[in-house]
Amino acid sequence: MKFELRGITKRFPGIVANDQVSLSISTGEVLALIGENGAGKSTLMNVLYGIYRPDEGELMVDGKPIHFSSPADAIAAGIGMVHQHFMLVPVMTVAENVVLGVEPTGRLGSLDIAEARRMVREVSDKYKLELDPDAVIEDLPVGVRQRVEIVKVLMRDAQIVVFDEPTAVLTPSEILEFFEIVRTLVGAGRGVIFITHKLKEALTIADRINVLRRGKVVGETAPSATNEDEIAEMMVGRAVQLVVDKHSAKPGDVMLAVRDLTVVEPDGRTVVDGVSFEVRRGEIVGVAGVQGNGQTELVEAIAGLRRAAGGSVTLAGRDITGDSPRERHVAGMAHIPEDRQKQGLVVDMSIVENLVLTRYHDPEFSSGVRMNWAGAKEKAAAMVAAYDIRTTDPSQAASTLSGGNQQKVIVARELSRDIKVAVAAQPTRGIDVGSIEYVHAQMVKERDNGVAMLVVSTELDEVMALSDRVLVMYRGKIVADLDPRTVSHMDVGLYMAGSRPTAVSS
Amino acid sequence: MSTVAGPGMVVSAEQRKRARNVGFAYLVLAMVCFFVFTRRPGDAGFKISETSQFTLPAQGFGWALGIVLVAIAAAQLLRGLGKLSNVVLALATAAFFMSFLAWAAAGDSFSFVGMLQDTVSRSVPITLGAIGGILSERSGVINISIEGMLLAAACTSAIAASLTNLWLGTLVGVLTGMALAAVLAVMSIRYKVDQVIVGFAINFFALGITSFISFRVLVPNRDTMNNLLPVMPIRIPVLADIPFFGGIFFDQTIFVYFSFLAVAVTTWGLYRTKWGLRTRAIGEYPKAAGTLGVDVNKLRYRNLLLAGGVAGIGGAWWPIGIVGRFDQNITNGRGFIALAAVIFGRWHPVGALCGALVFALSEAVRLKIGNFDTGIPSEFLIMAPYVVTIIVVAGFIGASRAPKAAGQPYEDQ
Amino acid sequence: MSETLKSLRFTLLAVVAALVVSAFIIVITDIEALGNGDFGTALSTLRTAYWGLFKGAFGSLRAISNTITGATPLLLAGLAVSSAFKAGLFNIGATGQMLAGAMTGLWVGFAFQLPPLIHVPLALIASAIGGALFGAIPGALKARTGAHEVITTIMLNGIASFTVLWLLKTEAFKREGRDDAISKFVEESARLPRLFGFMGKRIDLLAHSGFIVALLATAVFWWLLRKTTLGFEMQATGFNQEAAKYAGMRTKSLMVVSMAIAGSFAGLAGGSEVLGLYGYASATVAGDIGFDAIAVALLGRSTPIGTLVAAILFGALQAGGRQMQVDTDVPIDLIIVLRALIVMFIAAPLLVKAMFRIKGEAKSFGQTFRGWGG
Repeated sequence: MKFELRGITKRFPGIVANDQVSLSISTGEVLALIGENGAGKSTLMNVLYGIYRPDEGELMVDGKPIHFSSPADAIAAGIGMVHQHFMLVPVMTVAENVVLGVEPTGRLGSLDIAEARRMVREVSDKYKLELDPDAVIEDLPVGVRQRVEIVKVLMRDAQIVVFDEPTAVLTPSEILEFFEIVRTLVGAGRGVIFITHKLKEALTIADRINVLRRGKVVGETAPSATNEDEIAEMMVGRAVQLVVDKHSAKPGDVMLAVRDLTVVEPDGRTVVDGVSFEVRRGEIVGVAGVQGNGQTELVEAIAGLRRAAGGSVTLAGRDITGDSPRERHVAGMAHIPEDRQKQGLVVDMSIVENLVLTRYHDPEFSSGVRMNWAGAKEKAAAMVAAYDIRTTDPSQAASTLSGGNQQKVIVARELSRDIKVAVAAQPTRGIDVGSIEYVHAQMVKERDNGVAMLVVSTELDEVMALSDRVLVMYRGKIVADLDPRTVSHMDVGLYMAGSRPTAVSS
Repeated sequence: MSTVAGPGMVVSAEQRKRARNVGFAYLVLAMVCFFVFTRRPGDAGFKISETSQFTLPAQGFGWALGIVLVAIAAAQLLRGLGKLSNVVLALATAAFFMSFLAWAAAGDSFSFVGMLQDTVSRSVPITLGAIGGILSERSGVINISIEGMLLAAACTSAIAASLTNLWLGTLVGVLTGMALAAVLAVMSIRYKVDQVIVGFAINFFALGITSFISFRVLVPNRDTMNNLLPVMPIRIPVLADIPFFGGIFFDQTIFVYFSFLAVAVTTWGLYRTKWGLRTRAIGEYPKAAGTLGVDVNKLRYRNLLLAGGVAGIGGAWWPIGIVGRFDQNITNGRGFIALAAVIFGRWHPVGALCGALVFALSEAVRLKIGNFDTGIPSEFLIMAPYVVTIIVVAGFIGASRAPKAAGQPYEDQ
Repeated sequence: MSETLKSLRFTLLAVVAALVVSAFIIVITDIEALGNGDFGTALSTLRTAYWGLFKGAFGSLRAISNTITGATPLLLAGLAVSSAFKAGLFNIGATGQMLAGAMTGLWVGFAFQLPPLIHVPLALIASAIGGALFGAIPGALKARTGAHEVITTIMLNGIASFTVLWLLKTEAFKREGRDDAISKFVEESARLPRLFGFMGKRIDLLAHSGFIVALLATAVFWWLLRKTTLGFEMQATGFNQEAAKYAGMRTKSLMVVSMAIAGSFAGLAGGSEVLGLYGYASATVAGDIGFDAIAVALLGRSTPIGTLVAAILFGALQAGGRQMQVDTDVPIDLIIVLRALIVMFIAAPLLVKAMFRIKGEAKSFGQTFRGWGG
């Protein structure tokens, strides 16, 4: 089977998400679709899966045009999709999730759950995807959930399987397992489309690579004919600076000290397990780790958003373990939260209001009871100018800004005051390269001004480039304290996966 | 790899806290036994048929139960009751209720069977309204408009039944419920209006239009358009002769049988059929179903119409099942009680039935016990289930799980 | 066209659409005339009804006084719903909060003998406090346990109604010589002065200075939203509770405070009815005002000015509705239908757009309800 997209254009109010995109995929091969966040990959996949209808262009199966008006049509045509955010109902079992939409039924439409279990086992045995049909999804680790998604797709007899950013939530060893699964699928005569922004993975697994930029296909190549730098340049349209421009750090006094910090979830799980480290004035300490190993909870505990079950947090010599987020803010802590739109901003409020969201109680902006909006507007205008926030009118809602500019609003708000410690979680997630460089530059500048900086990121490249010291977090514990100048990416990756590089083991 | 604890194990802080709260609740009940239920002397007669009754010594029973409750509380607080805790809770609640009745009727007697029979009958509109609520909320649409559906259906079915016959009257009630459900569906699915707001508008509309019709049309034409003979109870042979329970469950109107059937069928449907699997999926995570080719919005439309139809039968219960006519605002907030029953029952049909029975019981108790001069105003009796609902919602909703997608429109494009 | 003009146009169109649908209802329920095939009579009933509606609302000083009388509690209770909406809470409990405020205001009104200059403000403050305390309960329940305010406020309304029913029969509140649920009169010194009191003999002009209180409350609500840190915190929490928490705001306390503020507005509504309109309390003192207030807040899009305009419109409909009922055989319950339709059309701008074939983007009311939080 050969599946083609010809001249696909999809517009949304204000933007052209896909502009005359053409590509093709045959069974038995792996096509990698590479692009930055916002390059139009997801839109394209939604077109190909019948969720969006294209404004122009057509889809062809074996040379014949075909129309999808819903995912059901795409499934019928042999397309299967494994979404980035798993499409699984958390409270239901594996078998229930897998058969949803193709339920085996008995009399009166009753569900034949025994048959459903058998169907799951059949597929999982055939492709060696080990699964318990009666396990409830929410109890399963991410890697297993992905297997459920794959079984779901195979059950529907998909000839072409689309994976949308499948490795984002996997550990390095799970990624290797995932590649094995892809190879099995191709061996069984399926075609695979692999959407990613990770160049190395595309180079490892793909037969062909298509590069998408600003909604257009800007290049087609094969792993054998190219290298990482070349694809990266195609992706962003210019040579990318893979290193952050900075001098070596001059660490001073300890500003942030975390001692035996422990965080326990309401259901009894320990998510941060006796973590200790220090961050000194004038250094950037990075925390690397696969998503879901306690980094989020660690940051929230340091910022005062979660109560510590044990241990202490000290800011410039003062114990702040029991302090509220507000007290920590006043004591000189800045916090850039990991989810910009849900935690960092109130997107329905104006840019001005968002620029004072954490600072409105400062004497500069209020008398305690009354807001000083004139002062806020003045200061906001200054921040908009100083931090290059691209807007015509700061009284517009923050939702009108692009992701990068939204992030700059948060960075401006948090870093443009007298601070001692800054804690940044995923500071550049999902923003364009220009904004990434800008945010990194601001963080280095603050470091050089004597701020102690803690950066948590699941992007290993970011942590390695930005940090003066790298901590690795695995299952709630800090498992390594490394110097990014001397350690290799591969070794850090091994720590992230919970194993210990043989060369360093002691 | 599973992180879920085995049954009966007390692990998390949350569970420990709950167990402790329940323990203190037992102590409070025990105090009520000691200080209230032992205050009125005499035996209470519980009539369980025309001719027979059993008696409970009010004070003795109060003292005994109080002591037992203290023991249970101690066991609960010291080491937890594990697997038994739900059974114990149910038994203790029932015994507490009996003690309450004995206290209220001390030195007198009342028809215990009649009260329970009345309870079952009164639970019908609440149960059916709650089923309507469950069907829509399980598919992801909040249904605040149960009250409006009950009320409108009561009005139209009264008119239709007066003009034609009881069957057609009920059918018109069903269609009325479906019509309002269609408004809720179109507004919330097609126009993506806030579902709570539409629900409220529907309630306002139903209250206004039925009062309007009542005064403008029904009052002047009382004899022809609002006058009918309600259905009679149907004695089910053999079963109705079972002592005690026979009269309560098997000598009732067809509405009662239908409401039990509706609970059974809905439970089976939701958990044992393809339709149920899809319905639960679109209420929890509609995208998961949508990306597998399930037409989310179509199923929501269908389920809402079904919900409206079931609630319509609940509404028809007033004129056709019991009263014989329509009065202005005859439902008097039962739709909101049904909503409470949905949440009380954690979006499960059987749970909702239990909730409906609790509310209906408090009404029936007030009517039977209200005559006894207990020193407790009858207002407090009818208030009790409201307080209990708040306690339940406050204590358990954190642990119980509402359908995740309820309240959010689904964008398939 | 500016945003304000656009939303005003939609509001007007919604009212027009509701009037059209109601007209249809009036005509088709005129079964006697229609049964005789007499369309003319049915239409003339309609004309008389709508003319009565207008005349009863604005046609005379008395009509205007009635409109003000009706608008007063609607405005105060409407603010109770609007202010909670702004903080992201759906306050269905205005009825209960009104009853609480009515009872505390009533008690201060009859239990003390003070000069009017002290007695009136004291009774009003008591009403506000009563409403605030009762309103704080669902806020605290949500903050502490996550219990959804929609369900707890519905239950608390029931609890308040039955409590009031009982209180009114107790010795402390019961009127001498009456067995039904009706309270003592408040002292003359606690009565809110009548607005048209300067006209001496016109005792039919019922409007009282509760309306001034309501206008002041509206101004306070505006000031709170626009000028204070608390208002900023409430709105941030209302839009995005998680971001507010991350910004260091104490969102749980804010829930309680917001509901207490909302409750104080509703409490004043109850107090102004008792101290201004009736002079005593009965079980029906809150009537359907708490529910109508939801419609007022929705129509006014929860803004101070919008709530004010909506309350006056609804007050006018109520005053006019009474005249309509007198002039024709169209019952006043039509007004409930009208309100329901207005809310429906306001909430569904897309529908109004389709009905009137308007092009361009319609601003939706948005989703205020984000699930049960389970």
